[in-house]
Amino acid sequence: MADHVIHGNYVDFYDEKGPHKGILAWILTTDHKRIGLMYLIALTTFFCIGATIGVLMRLEMLTQGRTIMGPQTYNSLFTLHGLIMIFLFVIPGIPAVFGNFFLPIMLGAKDVAFPRLNLLSWWLYITGGVFAVLSLFLAGGPIDTGWTFYVPYSLRTGTDVSWMILAAFILGFSSILTGLNFITTIHRLRAPGMGWFRMPLFAWSLYATAWIQLIATPIVGITLALVAIERLFGVGLFDPALGGDPILYQHMFWIYSHPAVYIMILPAMGVVSEIIPTFAHRTIFGYKAVAISSLAIAFVGYFVWGHHMFSSGMSDTSRWIFSLFTFLVAIPSAVKVFNWTATLYKGSIDLQAPLLFVLAFIFVFSIGGLTGLVLGALATDIHLTDTYFVVAHFHFVVFGGTGFIFFAALHYWFPKMFGKLYNDNVAKVAVSLITLGFLMLYFTFFILGYEGMPRRYYDYLPQYHGLHVFATVGSWVMISGFIVMFINLFKAFKSGKRAGMNPWGGMTLEWTVPSPPPLENFEEIPVITHGPYDYHAQEEAKEKQEEFNHSAEDEK
Amino acid sequence: MGAKIGMWLFLLTELLLFGGMFLIYGAYRYMNNEDFHAAGQGMNTIIGAFNTVILLTSSLTVAMSITALQKGNKRLSITLLGFTIFFAVWFLINKYFEWSHEIRNGIYPKSPELLNRSQGEILFFGLYYVMTGIHGIHVIIGIVILSFMVSFIARDKVTPADYSKLENSGLYWHLVDIIWIFLFPLFYLLR
Ligand code: HEM
Ligand SMILES: [Cu+2]
Repeated sequence: MADHVIHGNYVDFYDEKGPHKGILAWILTTDHKRIGLMYLIALTTFFCIGATIGVLMRLEMLTQGRTIMGPQTYNSLFTLHGLIMIFLFVIPGIPAVFGNFFLPIMLGAKDVAFPRLNLLSWWLYITGGVFAVLSLFLAGGPIDTGWTFYVPYSLRTGTDVSWMILAAFILGFSSILTGLNFITTIHRLRAPGMGWFRMPLFAWSLYATAWIQLIATPIVGITLALVAIERLFGVGLFDPALGGDPILYQHMFWIYSHPAVYIMILPAMGVVSEIIPTFAHRTIFGYKAVAISSLAIAFVGYFVWGHHMFSSGMSDTSRWIFSLFTFLVAIPSAVKVFNWTATLYKGSIDLQAPLLFVLAFIFVFSIGGLTGLVLGALATDIHLTDTYFVVAHFHFVVFGGTGFIFFAALHYWFPKMFGKLYNDNVAKVAVSLITLGFLMLYFTFFILGYEGMPRRYYDYLPQYHGLHVFATVGSWVMISGFIVMFINLFKAFKSGKRAGMNPWGGMTLEWTVPSPPPLENFEEIPVITHGPYDYHAQEEAKEKQEEFNHSAEDEK
Repeated sequence: MGAKIGMWLFLLTELLLFGGMFLIYGAYRYMNNEDFHAAGQGMNTIIGAFNTVILLTSSLTVAMSITALQKGNKRLSITLLGFTIFFAVWFLINKYFEWSHEIRNGIYPKSPELLNRSQGEILFFGLYYVMTGIHGIHVIIGIVILSFMVSFIARDKVTPADYSKLENSGLYWHLVDIIWIFLFPLFYLLR
């Protein structure tokens, strides 16, 4: 379909003239699509910085002893790498970029419920990011506590923890406002006829995520604030020297940070549930089960935080209860994976780059999930905790999960966002390189961890040398994949072929508006008459149309 | 309508923020019951109770101010908001005297007097300063918001036809009040 057929007079949101000009037309915009793109630029920038730091860490591990940096630098780098990747990339990640851009369109709305609040969220995100970067240059040097800010070390270190905490606090605020905005949007702005069970699964996943953002973030906010207050005034709430309890800090921290894992992964699962029906040309198997399992994951996710503390001193009873609950999360997660596989089964599969990312995701994420059970079991966790096994596990889940799907979503929606097509073959090469490098890098970590290599060490014993070299080479393969991917997308952005309205044959509402969409998305708010992935109804309609055409021809 | 949902969701996050602190208070009280008991003896229940009455009254005046505006009585609405702000300031003044009394007695974070006491008492006063301090910051934010409302009503930006901003500010002020109602027994009455 060529877009000139549909709208002679349409102006896309890039060309729309607002009250402001130049850069101001962007940084003061309240258009959800522009805000989504501004998040995209910021997030990919932070991803590239974080990835560079990761590669530098790997380079340090190439040989035994000091290779390119000393231990203090290494401590700062793994802290920064973790902080950037977690707080600036994967937590805001998919909701901030693709949620902002697509949620209103998928619901048939003109914008989110609170457009100005949305802009404020972006500004808070940028402020938080700038503060995080600024803290590197303050007295004391880059923070070295690890991204978890564990007390009592975070109370004692000379590096400037308070600034970084302020940054995290502001980022948390931004996250809360986004969640609040999305919940209200979903409750209030669905198009006429779109009942809850006619909502796209991506919207469902954002709904579940938004509740976690809202309920969990304030608790870590106050916990981190207390660490800062403690450093500034010496109140002593977590300081064991003054009667405070460091274990209590860990509880408070993980009460948020475990659910935060679902803030990262649920939206990714939502994207997967969009991509699979589109490329299998088939209604998703078990729509309701997939929708509800998001809420179930969000709910159970609140009761498992203790699995991060099996080895830090808890009663045996709490240990096995947390272990049990951890196992329960596997059930709704498996529901999703089985439903995806069942949808693909007997679908007419169109193996394009976004789907390739998704297949890589299912493979990698399943390994991540299963090794999660290994860590959720008490006996094995005691052996594996604080080793590279844990590092491997969370990269499989967080990077292989959210990271991969972030880029899958970028490829899936690229034609809609920019109105351009990228080179699909190059994209496939990029996916393959990334996945191959990923497995070389992180699967090796499982073995290293199993053999006893501790995490957060800048040096190692001779027996680990071979595996470290292999992993480091893997990091180079992976990075070259990312470079290929970014160049491909950038070229498409500059000079790609024009994309039509619906290059993949998707069924949700965003594929019914022009690419790129006009300022308020819809000329007329659509009326919804069936579920979001009704390929069946579509087929029938097509057949009827053909029959009609035939009989019309016969009559001639 | 959307604005009201949004406000309720925001109040939920505020409650959870204080909920985190209540959780910490609960945990430490459980671990140091005796010490908390002893520390609570020194608190001035009279000022605490008085402040509770002040805040409750201020919640009433905010509610009345909303009703007044609904009925189209701009002047009365502004006057009642003025009373609310007055009560809020009065609350802070009392708090100031209370805090300076403690500080003059040498009880403040890291003070030699406090460090000499038991760990439970250190925790009690640490929590006292942090929790009433953060609540105090919320009172100040409330004063700022309510002052904006006064000027909005005066300049007809908030009107009897569209008063959702005032309603939301009222909700916020009730939250500040409710949180104090929980803080009061924890620090002044439980001994
Ligand atoms: C270019 C890709 C990446 C490379 C080469 C890489 C490499 C590493 C390495 C070597 C460590 C340190 C392990 C240790 O010493 O214990 C690490 C830690 C970590 N990485 Fe990555 N990583 C990459 C991408 C990511 C992504 C995408 C995320 C999040 C989505 C992430 C999150 C983390 C976190 C949270 C830590 C823990 C930091 C800590 O121990 O405090 N990484 N990574
Ligand atoms: Cu966890």
